[in-house]
Parts: sequence; C-alpha cells; structure tokens
Amino acid sequence: MTSAGEKLHLQKTSSDDGKTGRVQTETASVRLPGHRILYDEKAEQKKRRLQVRLGRLIVGVVLFGGWEILVRVGVLDSYYWSCPSAILKTTWIQLTTGSLWNDILYTSGSTILGFLTGTFFGALLGLSFWWSKSYAGISEPYLIILNALPKLALGPVLVILFGIGFSSKVILAFLMTVITTALYAYSGVKSVDPAMETLLYSLGAKRYQVFNKVVVPWSLPWIISSLRVNIALALAGAIVGEFIASSHGVGRMVIYAGTILDINLVWVGVFVLSILSMVMYCGVVLLEKWLSKHLTNIH
Amino acid sequence: MHEKGKVEVTDVCKTYQKNDQNVVSLSHVSLSIKERQFVSIIGPSGCGKSTLFNIIAGLLLPTSGNVIADGHSIIGRAGYVGYMLQKDMLLPWRTIEDNIILGLEIRDVPKKEALARALPLMERYGLKGFEKHHPDELSGGMRQRAALLRTLLYDRDIMLLDEPFGALDAQTRLSMQNWLLQIWHDFGKTVLFVTHDIDEAIYLSDDIYVFSPRPGSVRSKITVPIKRPRTTEDMTSPPFMELKHDLLKLLNAGQATD
Repeated sequence: MTSAGEKLHLQKTSSDDGKTGRVQTETASVRLPGHRILYDEKAEQKKRRLQVRLGRLIVGVVLFGGWEILVRVGVLDSYYWSCPSAILKTTWIQLTTGSLWNDILYTSGSTILGFLTGTFFGALLGLSFWWSKSYAGISEPYLIILNALPKLALGPVLVILFGIGFSSKVILAFLMTVITTALYAYSGVKSVDPAMETLLYSLGAKRYQVFNKVVVPWSLPWIISSLRVNIALALAGAIVGEFIASSHGVGRMVIYAGTILDINLVWVGVFVLSILSMVMYCGVVLLEKWLSKHLTNIH
Repeated sequence: MHEKGKVEVTDVCKTYQKNDQNVVSLSHVSLSIKERQFVSIIGPSGCGKSTLFNIIAGLLLPTSGNVIADGHSIIGRAGYVGYMLQKDMLLPWRTIEDNIILGLEIRDVPKKEALARALPLMERYGLKGFEKHHPDELSGGMRQRAALLRTLLYDRDIMLLDEPFGALDAQTRLSMQNWLLQIWHDFGKTVLFVTHDIDEAIYLSDDIYVFSPRPGSVRSKITVPIKRPRTTEDMTSPPFMELKHDLLKLLNAGQATD
C-alpha cells in the first residue's frame, strides 16, 4: 500500500516537474533558441491516447474472451449465458436468411420517426409558453404530471387504440420524447434575459420579431441538449411497443425468442439493440453539432 | 416657461405597486432638451433614471405627465427614439455586423442594404476587422462601440444612452467619451445621457440635470459653460473644477437630507 502510495506521489511530482519544465523551456526558448526540450506535450498526449486505445481493446478482449472460455470450460451454463461465438453465428444466420435486417429497419424507423416528431412538437409546445404567462401558468402543472407519468404503462392502451402496427410504436416513442423536450424548451424560454427583450422592443420590434430573433435562438441550446436524452427514450418506447404486440421489430424478436427459449436469439437481440442505440446516439451527436453550427447563424 | 425643444418631458410621475404599497419612482419630472443638444442626467442610484428612460423610449407608461417629441406625444410609442441600455445586450449568437443591423432588420430593410450602411460606419468608428467576430471575442469597450453603432444605425434623431460606459475602466472610458463626442458631432443627434460620473457629465454635456434620490425629481439644471470642441485638458481647467465642486455639493446635499 505504502509503496503504491509513494509511487503515485512520485508520479505526481514528476509530472509537476514536467509542467514546470515546460514553462521553463517556453521562457527559455525566447532566450536560448537551441534549448533541449524537457517536456514535449504533443508526444505525451499521443502516448496517452495510444495507451487509452490499447487499454480499451484489452478490456474488450478479456470480457468477451473470458465469457467464451468460461462457457466452454463449463463454469457458466451455456443454456442461459450462450457464448459470443454462438451469438455471432446466430446473428449471421439471422442476417443472411432471417428477417433481422427488416426488424432493424422497423425498430429504427419507428424510433427515429417518434424522436423527430416528439422533439419537434415538444420544442414548439415549450416555446409557445413564451407567448402568454397565463397560458404557461395553466399548463405547467399538467406538463409536470405528464412528465412524471410512466408513459410506457400506457402501451397496452395505445396498442388497443392504434393497433399492433407501426403507428402504435411511433406514438409511444413520440410520447416518450414530447414532454421532456417541452420542459427543456420551456426552461430555455424562462431563462431569456428580459433586457434583451427590452432592447428588441426599443428597436420597435413586434412580438413575433422578439420571438424569432431572441426567444428561439436563445432557447435552442436547451432544445438541442434534450436530443441525447430523447433518442434513448424514443428507442425504449419503440421496443416496449414491440414487446406488447407486434409482428415486426427487434423487440418482437427478443420476446419471440424468449417464448421459444432460444436464448442465443435473445442475446442477438440484446446486442443488435445496443449497437442500434449506439449508432443512433452518434447520429444525434452529429445532428447536435450540425444544428448548433447552422441554426444559430440563421437568426 | 419652457424653451421650445426637441424633447419635452412635462410633469411626469410614475408610481408602481410593491407589496401592496405605492412606491413613487418619479415625481413631477420636467426636462426640456433642444435639438442637437447633449444633455446628461446625474443622480444617485435609485433616482428613477432608468424608469424615466423607459418612459421616454415608450416601453413604460407614466402614471401622469407627457413626453413630447417633434410636436407630438410619444408616450407608449416604442421605437421612436434610439435607446442604448446599460448592458450592451449584443445577441451572442450573432456576429458584430449582424448585431449592428438588428434595428434595420426589424424595420425590414433588406440585409444587403443594411450592411452597406453599417460597414462604412464600422470602418470609420473603430470596429473594422471585427465584422465577423462574435460579441464574446470583443473587449468591453469594443462591445459598447458596437452597441452604440447599433443605436446609431437605427437612425433616430433622439438617442437615449443609459450609463453606457459605467462598466469600463478609466482609460477606456476616456477614449470612449472622445469617441462618443466625435459621433455626436458628426451626426448631430440629440443625446440624453445618464451617468453616475460627474467628470463624464461635465465633459460631455451642454446641460446637466441633477436628480434627487427616490422619489426621483429634478433638483436643478446646470448649463456647462465650457466651449466646444472640448479636450482632455478642459477636465483640469478652473471652470471645470468649479462646476465639479458645485455638482458634488448638490449631490451631497441630496444624500444629507435623506
């Protein structure tokens, strides 16, 4: 313990030395152009980045390799735990001969549609509260109640209302996102600097101009920050919709695999959904970047 | 009794409600400002200067009284005068040039035309090279310049400036004062200026109104006897010092009676 602590301490001081060394070279480089570099920040960064990448790879290999080995030697029961090689094989079969591609398209389609409509109408709803304080005051408690309501529990009702087809999944994904976005947008609206509105009015602006030129761009960062939460919520909505009743989708595949005790296929579903979730998350991050770059310049 | 002027504030009172109590913010305030004059209002904080400006700018209705500009009442008429608020209030998501043309944009002037009017101004008044920058990249003085050019480009004969240099350091402040005098000279606007700073008030103004603290009212009106164009040397001249002495006394008298 003590030796580890000492080592840590030593490392810390040595990195401090490195920092002061860098400062010295910076000042020294003015006076002595040929000074030896004591601390190369760029090389250090490169080294660290490489370490992190390598570390991540090792953790991945150990996790999946360990899983495979533990199942093969019989420590884990392959009936429940399946194993990476079997999951890969099942995935391949499902992709080439089964309906996995269609299921992926179905699930991501309902997720994205629900996400887009939910975010859009939620943002509109939240922004609309700027127009009237009494309207906002009346709506706020209901908005909070709706937000607290576990919307997934409404799933069976929605399936009865809208059928077991595509639309009930989209609506569930929509419901999952619309209220949160409205709340995000509303907090953006509430934080608008009143002096900025005063300025616009002093320039003779009409209310719609204040709304377009100040309220909307001011609230955009709030709306954009709801996107990451929304995509995960929309996917959860779509999957639960498929769990309840569906004839397509990855969620339906998982439920079906469970009922016929095809554990491999359940695992395939879990992995496909994780990858789908990650891909959509990355897509949202790109969308965020694009939106903050372009939308703020319009107004 | 009053001189015929460009802006005529007559007997304005403003009372508002706070915790079920009537608070008098302005009490029988009358000002008279001639065309192309530079007039300052000086007074302790809380003397209702900003309230008065909001009334003249048409953003707030007075409880009683009238504001007349160019022969008609401008009460409740937002946008009739140019108004520069205490903070620069540049929209952070817009570039400096897009901020400056905001007033024209609101009046639906096409963007090309607005920029054609803004760019020479920016070049002439020290914002060249900052057109495409965002406000957070500029220093406080530069931001105030941009805010003032926005008010200027809005192109009203009357401009209200509410403590525009209050947050600047002494040196920047002085250069901004000279800069403002230059603009005022070039454009011949009527300027109504609020400040806490006695030196600033004397250096810039033709007339100075001294306000008393809450409820705000005009304690006295002083005409600055120093000739224009003024230079920094005037700030240490005997008439300047004398006036400063008088103003300090007037302001202190206000505090003593409270």
